[in-house]
Amino acid sequence: MSAEIAHAPALHHEHLSHQFEDIEQQRESYVVGMWAFLVTEIMFFGAVFLAYTVYRVLHHAAFYEAHKQLDIGLGTINTFVLLASSFTMALAVRCAQVRSRRGQVVFLGATLSLAGGFLVIKAVEYSHKFAHHLFPGQAFHYPDAAIADQARLFYSLYFGATGLHAIHVIAGMLVIGAMLVRALFDRDAKQDYMPVEMTGLYWHFVDIVWIFLFPLLYLIPK
Amino acid sequence: MPVVLYVRAFLGLLLLLVATLMAARLPLGVGFNSLIALAIAAAKALIVVFYFMHVRFSSRLVQIWAAAGFVWLLIMFGITLADYIVRSWAPIAGWQ
Repeated sequence: MSAEIAHAPALHHEHLSHQFEDIEQQRESYVVGMWAFLVTEIMFFGAVFLAYTVYRVLHHAAFYEAHKQLDIGLGTINTFVLLASSFTMALAVRCAQVRSRRGQVVFLGATLSLAGGFLVIKAVEYSHKFAHHLFPGQAFHYPDAAIADQARLFYSLYFGATGLHAIHVIAGMLVIGAMLVRALFDRDAKQDYMPVEMTGLYWHFVDIVWIFLFPLLYLIPK
Repeated sequence: MPVVLYVRAFLGLLLLLVATLMAARLPLGVGFNSLIALAIAAAKALIVVFYFMHVRFSSRLVQIWAAAGFVWLLIMFGITLADYIVRSWAPIAGWQ
């Protein structure tokens, strides 16, 4: 009896959990659940962006001066690196969908490497800021005393926003690494592609946060 | 989704990256420059959401969820900035 139901053609799918009507409903539930999580992330970063926006409106001239110490070259390279990692992540998801194990390993590996590259460049930038006493801690020192307080605010927001973003990059790398291991052990490429798709959604979100951080922090108009 | 769409989306993102760097050098005034930078960032985000995150090809329910976060973000920004920007119009003692 139960075997007959399990083999009913329209209902059966190897990855279908019993609580769902069919595989389409299951996949949509995955995606909606992930977006619900991403909405909370949007609101989380939204508060950071709002704090930044309010203070930039209030202290625009000082923020313009303070942002000159940021390295636009490194910021641009990092934007490129992260955009490229989103591209390779999208290709990894596609490889998972068409069940190409090798493609998954290659593109997840590429995404992981690019994410690591992003963090290395970020670390170089951070170390420059520490060396120039721009980290808003005990040793903070800004050459122009007249705007030192506002510059401190700018660098607090800079380290706060990019630091939170970097934590998200690290979290993303852990999940991408887990997907890479999963693909390596998946000899027959039989696994469900949805976990890779979910990982992709998260990674693209991390990319979007940086897409807004880059012009806001590095490209302040005079 | 065919690979060519991903390639096109990526090329579009790179073009917009170059555009935002060039636009930042134009002397258009603070407000206009900021507006262009944000518009280009929003365009990049839309490409990522529509193509890399497949929202263009997803169900209506997923599209509503994807829009919800950004819409509420706009409400939060709109109301907060409406407050901060108009404060200077009629200064009141004790207010910043």
